Amino acid sequence: MLRVEKLNAWYGSSHVLQDISLDVNNGEIVCLIGRNGAGKTTTLKSIIGLIDKTAGRVEFEGREVLSKPAHARFGAGLAYVPEERRIVPGLSVRENLRLGLVASPNKKKEAELIDRTATIFPRLAERLDQVAITMSGGEQQMLAIARAMISDPKLIMLDEPSEGIMPVLVDEMFELFRNMKAQGTTILLVEQNVELALSIADRAYVVDQGTVVHHASASELLADAEIQERYCSV
Amino acid sequence: MAGLTLDLIGLQLFTGLALGAVYVLLAIGLSLIFGMLTVVNFAHGAFYMLGAYVGVYLLALGGNFWLCLVAVPIIVGTIGLVVERFLIRPLYGRGIDYPLLLTFGLSYVIVELVRIAFGKAGYPFDTPELLQGAVDIGIGYFPLYRLFVIAAAGVVLLGLWLFLERTSFGLIIRAGARDPQIVRVLGVDVARVWLVVFGIGTGIAALAGLLAAPLQGVIPEMGGPILVEAFVVTVVGGMGSLLGAVLAGLLVGVVVSLSSLFVPEMAKVSIFALMAIVLLIRPQGFFGRAGLMS
Repeated sequence: MLRVEKLNAWYGSSHVLQDISLDVNNGEIVCLIGRNGAGKTTTLKSIIGLIDKTAGRVEFEGREVLSKPAHARFGAGLAYVPEERRIVPGLSVRENLRLGLVASPNKKKEAELIDRTATIFPRLAERLDQVAITMSGGEQQMLAIARAMISDPKLIMLDEPSEGIMPVLVDEMFELFRNMKAQGTTILLVEQNVELALSIADRAYVVDQGTVVHHASASELLADAEIQERYCSV
Repeated sequence: MAGLTLDLIGLQLFTGLALGAVYVLLAIGLSLIFGMLTVVNFAHGAFYMLGAYVGVYLLALGGNFWLCLVAVPIIVGTIGLVVERFLIRPLYGRGIDYPLLLTFGLSYVIVELVRIAFGKAGYPFDTPELLQGAVDIGIGYFPLYRLFVIAAAGVVLLGLWLFLERTSFGLIIRAGARDPQIVRVLGVDVARVWLVVFGIGTGIAALAGLLAAPLQGVIPEMGGPILVEAFVVTVVGGMGSLLGAVLAGLLVGVVVSLSSLFVPEMAKVSIFALMAIVLLIRPQGFFGRAGLMS
């Protein structure tokens, strides 16, 4: 479904991604793990189109997308939940959700889709008209995920969704990811909580110093203490 | 100070509101364009002036004032679209000074073109017949046209507010002003949004110029001084804040108007004194966000 071949990326003159290659198949949860600064976030940002200088090839459902602007990649069915959540200040929860639909062909079904989202995220349902940034970090994270999901993307990329969030909410969130997978959504996940991430993932890529150093099934990696120790311990 | 009655002050206050209404219309476009595009539009005064001249031209062709109220913002707004698309867009991502210098130069070009086309002398602009005369507003007689200017600005603001609050495009504008990146990730071509915002801003500036024409006449240089005053309004209100532009616009209008009644020799300086005081107390203006310029 998503095929990344020899992806390179630069911030100014610093060459931060070197020949990253990875595949995500339809219906999978694939996880990127590795230390802070290894290039996981930059990989997601390059795939969604937020890095100005990139090279290589990114194919989504057989079509090359790396040369396309970010908004066109959304149109192809790619969604992205950034690490900083990026809940828009000043807008209500409902308006943030509507924002997830403004460019979607499903815009006409806005009311229906907001109702559906409210059923999936009961915490948001009670707060639809609240100013979104007054919610807790976990609730904001839920909103960021809901905003990305409301347009029914084919593949959703999540950057550190559990960061800074109460454990009880993290469990809720990972339960949600399992459900999303069951509904047919493909997920590419970047996560610091390696054990938790591997517990729901099908496969994982280990990223270090801007390149993929290891690739295995999630269960293999979960059992491989040495790799975890070498590339993921802080 | 003999003869300064409360009624007179009240009437002067209304004159200030009419003046303020023109400031508000100019400042709201400046603020919208700055908030979304981070472009400090020095050509805004030239678009204001173009609004008045397009009005003169349409009237000479046999049009009436009411037609102008609709046609002028559309025509000048379209010119604004062309300016954004072909002159400003190539400069995005190069810092705030590039579009600033471009629009500064552009304002001279527009003024010079108008001088060539319409002459340096300027034109009188008759108050439309229906709006001539004065009405009793309880404290004395007040020119009907000035009331109309206040009402017209109110209608424009209400329309703009409904557009921003009730439509999807308005939602995109509000979100894009705060976080253009997330809006792109959610599938919006922000370049198109910026184009439309620039068009709206210049269209409203043109409408302000047309509304001001019967009050002050039409000359090629009419956009210069008022642009400076509109910048004062946006700075006092807070760069990028629409509510700030409205409140500060009315306040500046009233301050100019009252100071010209009490201390006429200070009328021109008073708004800069106001700006200095506001900036000393609140550097980001009434509703500005700190660090927006950095």
